[in-house]
Amino acid sequence: MEKQKELVFITVIGQDRKGVVASISGYLYRKDVNIVDINQRIMTDGYFVMSMAVDAKAATVSMTEMSRELDQVGRELGMQVQIQHENVFRMMHRI
Amino acid sequence: MAFDVEEIYETASMILRQNLDIRATTLGINLKDCIDSDFSAFCAGVYYRICGHASRLVAETEELERKYGIPIVNKRIAVTPVSLIMETHRTPERFLEMGKTLDAAARDAGIDFIGGFGALVQKGLTRTDRMLIEVLPEVLSRTDRVCAFLNVGSTVSGLNLDAVNLLGGMLKQTAAKSENAVGCAKFVVFANAPEDNPFMAGAFHGVGEADTALNIGISGPGVVKSVVDQNRQCDLTALSELIKRTVFKITRAGELIGRELAAAMDVNFGIVDISLASTTARGDSVAGVIEAFGIEKIGAHGSTLAIALLMNAVKKGGAMASGNVGGLSGTFIPVSEDAGMIDAVSKGALGLDKLESLTAVCSVGLDMFAVPGDVPEETINAIIADELAIGVINNKTTGVRLIPMPGKQAGDLVEFGGLLGTVPVMRVNAFSATDFLKRGGRLPAPVTSLRN
Repeated sequence: MEKQKELVFITVIGQDRKGVVASISGYLYRKDVNIVDINQRIMTDGYFVMSMAVDAKAATVSMTEMSRELDQVGRELGMQVQIQHENVFRMMHRI
Repeated sequence: MAFDVEEIYETASMILRQNLDIRATTLGINLKDCIDSDFSAFCAGVYYRICGHASRLVAETEELERKYGIPIVNKRIAVTPVSLIMETHRTPERFLEMGKTLDAAARDAGIDFIGGFGALVQKGLTRTDRMLIEVLPEVLSRTDRVCAFLNVGSTVSGLNLDAVNLLGGMLKQTAAKSENAVGCAKFVVFANAPEDNPFMAGAFHGVGEADTALNIGISGPGVVKSVVDQNRQCDLTALSELIKRTVFKITRAGELIGRELAAAMDVNFGIVDISLASTTARGDSVAGVIEAFGIEKIGAHGSTLAIALLMNAVKKGGAMASGNVGGLSGTFIPVSEDAGMIDAVSKGALGLDKLESLTAVCSVGLDMFAVPGDVPEETINAIIADELAIGVINNKTTGVRLIPMPGKQAGDLVEFGGLLGTVPVMRVNAFSATDFLKRGGRLPAPVTSLRN
């Protein structure tokens, strides 16, 4: 049976700079992770925030590995990266 | 996208910058069916029951931490009050052995604290309860992970002063036997103790509970402080509403993790306890929230109103977010575990008298503070009795976690390190209530208990 779609959100926070989308999406492409949606904005507090919704059902890495490796990609960019299953946003922001 | 960038950023910021965490996942375990006339078999049964559940708790918790990116800080076990299961093994040696069994089970399963070495004595003491209190100094000083509690009062039963009168001596003995008196930090005395509280040192698995219950304690003073910081000018009604909404969100996260964890472990989901609980980490301070309200230092006049506002908003936000809010659910103000509280005591802004009045509107009581080691045991009993009387009469939980620090004077600071922080030694009123407390007996239940 085909695995259910499992949406995971990748949030990247830091100072705006070139190459953020390229670095993160390049990594995801190499690991067969499909990007479903992508958004980015400069927040009122001055931080650049990029958020990606990805479907990891065909991923060649586990969540744990993806989390660790994306953290490393984030470090190289000088940005914080957070990976969270969509359920937490559904619970916190939707009634 | 299903969620705005702002929403995702808000959640990520709570975790990355504002120390949002699940403070405790505490699995309550019934030990009544481990009771055996063969004491060795009894201890073995307790050990394997705890280890079996606890190792799964640790593994499944780590999995959920990765899935949701929310740190789950403490994994703990609470058991049936030990005096109940020891009724037929009433010897000091066996009590100590049971304490060591719990300690070994926790250690081998990777659990930092195990709660439940205690008794419910609000109406009276059985011979077993009395023996448990006698062995507490040994148990608290010779084990590392065992936490103890006593419930000595309730709104329905009144306050058992005979039990309170045993505690000053017990605490002083515990302080003398353990390095830095740290054994006392593992003991809480309560009025109206909740049976599903996930927070140590007072957690135990209540007698009305099923075989297992997973209780979640979620915290986030840093998250609340951040929202207060962003809204410096709004009035109390608006401030309350902002806190309520924020707490709603973090409680929902706790509920999600609690339910998934309970399902993964195949145990009953108990409650979400939404309590703002400080840690010594920068910014993770309830005193910091109060000061962000506009109070120079916690303890200043106005602080009780501030805690009342905070507490009320936290409860309302939590109650709307989860149908299973329980435990203590409110605000902890432990002195040693909150950098702002330590600072307020050190600068003379907060004394024991004001701390007591703050506890009349917060959820817990006089928590994690020290008194000079030469304070008479009767004075310690009186401090405990005062605090618990507030709980009994006002139909709320109050507790005391007090450390009589040998060789120290008011104004000294004692470093515990780690979760327990730095404890300031506080000044105590030097006048005596000994003759009053010597009367013993029980404070009758208040008229508000006559509801039937």
